[in-house]
Amino acid sequence: MRVESQPLVSMTNVEKHYGDFHALKNVNLDIAEREVVVVIGPSGSGKSTLCRTINRLETITSGSITIDGKELPAEGAALAELRSDVGMVFQSFNLFAHKTILENVTLGPIKVRKLSKSEADKQAMALLERVGVAHQADKYPAQLSGGQQQRVAIARSLAMKPKVMLFDEPTSALDPEMINEVLDVMEGLAKEGMTMVVVTHEMGFARKAAHRVVFMAEGEIVEVAEPEEFFTHPQSSRAKDFLSKILTN
Amino acid sequence: MDFLELLQMFLSGTWGTIKLFTVALVGSLVLGTVLAAMRVSPTPVLRIAASTYINVVRNTPLTLVMFFCAFGLPFLDIRFGSTSSFNSFVYATIALIAYTACFVAETLKSGIATIPVGQAEAARAVGLSFGQTLNEVVLPQAFRTVIPPLGSVIIAMLKNTSIASAFNNRELISAMRNAIEVRGDLVIPLLFGTAVAYLILALLLGRVFDYLERKLVILR
Repeated sequence: MRVESQPLVSMTNVEKHYGDFHALKNVNLDIAEREVVVVIGPSGSGKSTLCRTINRLETITSGSITIDGKELPAEGAALAELRSDVGMVFQSFNLFAHKTILENVTLGPIKVRKLSKSEADKQAMALLERVGVAHQADKYPAQLSGGQQQRVAIARSLAMKPKVMLFDEPTSALDPEMINEVLDVMEGLAKEGMTMVVVTHEMGFARKAAHRVVFMAEGEIVEVAEPEEFFTHPQSSRAKDFLSKILTN
Repeated sequence: MDFLELLQMFLSGTWGTIKLFTVALVGSLVLGTVLAAMRVSPTPVLRIAASTYINVVRNTPLTLVMFFCAFGLPFLDIRFGSTSSFNSFVYATIALIAYTACFVAETLKSGIATIPVGQAEAARAVGLSFGQTLNEVVLPQAFRTVIPPLGSVIIAMLKNTSIASAFNNRELISAMRNAIEVRGDLVIPLLFGTAVAYLILALLLGRVFDYLERKLVILR
């Protein structure tokens, strides 16, 4: 599945400290175009931090992260431009509370991509249609269920036509019956060849959609393997321990 | 001087108060927003400049701020028009704006602090710049959350316009003083009449803020 060209996202010797806490330890990870990488690990293992460093919502202490061959710039116009190419879906949805569903999806295209309102509306409605919430376009985020909000958040990211999408525990805040509607949309994206980094506890999604599973513990990447291989023959004791805990219930 | 003439005097005084208030309202909201944005900006110089300004001006009595504007600005030869009454009006509004903007900024800043971090993160993740994030996502929500305390700040400013009467401005208090000069026998009714005029204006303002609060509430 690996493509031998230049990786789309490349993390080299990345270190992150929060004061005394060593959140990321010498992280090296290349993600190819069209690749779906699922990051799993116990809580506090640094998987969310890793995901958030890719669009520099978290800064790193040392090391290098490149996207499409370009080093992540410091805060400013160049970083804003780069972020517009990197979609992000959050655990807590983070839809703009004072804007309608439609406005949530059109804000980026209008302000960053400089689309006209009518073009942006048209594109947004098509995306909302695709994630199945077009009929809610004029409502406000709080009027939607969690699953619907998260699908809108995915549409909001897609509206920027990103090169890569980051999912930071996208189903962890959802009621169980709403998890699948979000995972279905994500699987659809994976099938279409979207490059994705997904931090999740959903092993079913990892098996179905991932090309590689990255297992993290205590800030380190402990194991990287294809999903079947990882779930059936984990190599490290920490991965075995983690899997035994989550797969028994 | 009969009742009709007195009433006319009060009406023109009320109009003077409304003019002062309206210009100062717009100006202090604009300056207050700029100060609040500076206080949360990533640039240390802007943050320090804004907090220094707020700390100094907010802790100076408004009367003294008025003195600075009404006597200090003409001394520096800063004038805005040919008539002294227009200049007095501008000096008084500058003082009101300079002073009230501090309270607007502090109120807004407390509102900004209540907006979940995820809102700004999502805006930045979409590619919005710092300024766009503030303008499109953070400030509109901050304004909506601080409407009730902002109402108190604005009502206080309405009453503070009365200080301008001591600096050659025609408004409610100066109208009352003139009226008392000619009809000293009516001093008690005139005092009450003035109080009622302020009360009516402040209550109307309160209604406007109640309406905005209901209309602009954010569901979370």
